[in-house]
Amino acid sequence: MKVSLLEIKNLKTYFFTRKGVVKAVDGVDLKIAEGETVGLVGESGCGKTVTALSIMRLIPEPMGRIVEGKILFNGIDLVRASEKEMQKIRGNRISMVFQEPMTSLNPVFKVGLQIAEAIELHQGVSAKEAWERAIEMLRMVGIPSPESRVNDYPHQMSGGMRQRVMIAMALSCHPRLMIADEPTTALDVTIQAQILDLIQRLKEQVRSSILLITHNLGVVAEVAQHVGVMYAGHIVEYGDVISLFRNPKHPYTLGLFQSIPQKRRTKKRDRLRVIPGTVPDLLGLPMGCKFQDRCSHAFKKCREESPQLIEIEHDHQVRCWLYG
Amino acid sequence: MEKVEAFAELKKNKTAMAGLLLIALLVLLAIIGPSISPHNPLTPDPIHRLQGPSWRHPFGTDSLGRDILSRVIHGSRISIIIGLIAVSISLVPGTILGLLAGFYGRRVDEPIMRFMDIMLAFPAILLAIFITAILGPSLLNTMIAVGIVYIPHYARIVRSTVLSLKEQLFIQAVKALGGSNLRVIALHIFPNTIPPIIVYATLGMGTAVLQAAALGFLGLGAQPPTPEWGAMLSEGRQYIQIAPHVAAFPGMAIFTLVLGFNLFGDGLRDILDPSLR
Repeated sequence: MKVSLLEIKNLKTYFFTRKGVVKAVDGVDLKIAEGETVGLVGESGCGKTVTALSIMRLIPEPMGRIVEGKILFNGIDLVRASEKEMQKIRGNRISMVFQEPMTSLNPVFKVGLQIAEAIELHQGVSAKEAWERAIEMLRMVGIPSPESRVNDYPHQMSGGMRQRVMIAMALSCHPRLMIADEPTTALDVTIQAQILDLIQRLKEQVRSSILLITHNLGVVAEVAQHVGVMYAGHIVEYGDVISLFRNPKHPYTLGLFQSIPQKRRTKKRDRLRVIPGTVPDLLGLPMGCKFQDRCSHAFKKCREESPQLIEIEHDHQVRCWLYG
Repeated sequence: MEKVEAFAELKKNKTAMAGLLLIALLVLLAIIGPSISPHNPLTPDPIHRLQGPSWRHPFGTDSLGRDILSRVIHGSRISIIIGLIAVSISLVPGTILGLLAGFYGRRVDEPIMRFMDIMLAFPAILLAIFITAILGPSLLNTMIAVGIVYIPHYARIVRSTVLSLKEQLFIQAVKALGGSNLRVIALHIFPNTIPPIIVYATLGMGTAVLQAAALGFLGLGAQPPTPEWGAMLSEGRQYIQIAPHVAAFPGMAIFTLVLGFNLFGDGLRDILDPSLR
């Protein structure tokens, strides 16, 4: 086992709304080793993004708060770090690429200036040198004729290009960890593949770890070494990518795999299988297992007690009473 | 490139161009006017008082026999300066308060905005009268009073813009790059609030001129013999039946300047407001 760069222990991030407490992240444990890519999968609203924002300490306060847990990064507990310390870490040691490349750049500034800003903030170089480095970064992320593109405003670029710019910004200070929050969701399929390739290639070059958040299992299989499947604020299954994909255990994970359209289902009556029901309202979660209402295997114990993560084989854990 | 595009669009916008033309004309008049005005605006000539328009006095003369055309020309400089200064007085604090209230929310927002609400609860002219009454009637105090009265308007506009900007992903992205709050506000939020401020300030110029004229009319603004349009209007009121031109010409001057700013402001809004594209 390699040294872990980031270790999340029992992270709980709640949102205190007028209607009640929303337990967006409710006890997540996650490890990311040096140079590793970890995928975090799950449907919308399951807490993937909130986990990422908790690591960055960008939870919108005072509504949301990390109420419990530790996020150890290189031995520093990010939950307890001061805002000053966080500002030094953000963008420098840990950086983030957001889902929507169309809105994640400031419309009134040239893209070059925005990349240079990140470099200037953390590397203490002159504006001129930061600008040169920005051009270099654009070249690195495969933008043609970066010397002129650096002067573009965001609206002059396509979605794929902007996402490249965002990646350039995120990697400009050679961070140890890059969080990519659904980096390809807003892009069309051909561009998606290019961006994934790019992330993979640059990761090797910069030698950083990646936390890849997505709802696309195919993407995870392609790039990640470990996968966590999230459901309603919990990680319900975690393992190395090969054993989890070969041998998914949790009914939710199984459901996710079954709802991927497959080529060989050619007969008309073979309809796509779906997971019945919808994501539970995080305001009124049931007792016991959070997945019970949608699970075809649910039995009495599931309604009474919450299952814990249990190791079912080497490097593969599942949170389900079927295996307890 | 952006600027060129915006200018090209401005040229296409007939409203904005008409407004700009009117403003340009009056600004030109304010700059070169005093040196081309036919008479001294302050010299009385009691023998020729309250004369109607003639070749010698195209706008006629007032109750003291002063040339109204010369007074209107000199007044243009005063009115434009009033507009500029009053708008700056409301714009700068208004923007800062709005940025702080919008960005920090709650504990900062509540006291600032509730105070603004209190100011807004007074009718604008009443508040302006109140402030000039404290400061004493003079031209400078008129500008200060009009400026203070409109601070809440700017604070509100900026605050609402900040509230929507704050939720934008690029603001979060800047924070994710390690930007401090001050940096986010000054470098990333503020530039994005400029378009609505420009629009409102342009429209505000017209309102400020009008308010200052109203204060002048009430005798709280410029003191005689300063050729301020509002004060001239007030003077002409007494002779409205026997010599209507005394009030009519300064009134038309106010109308032209305010119309110019309003047209230009409306046009600018069409160009700068992205939601109308």
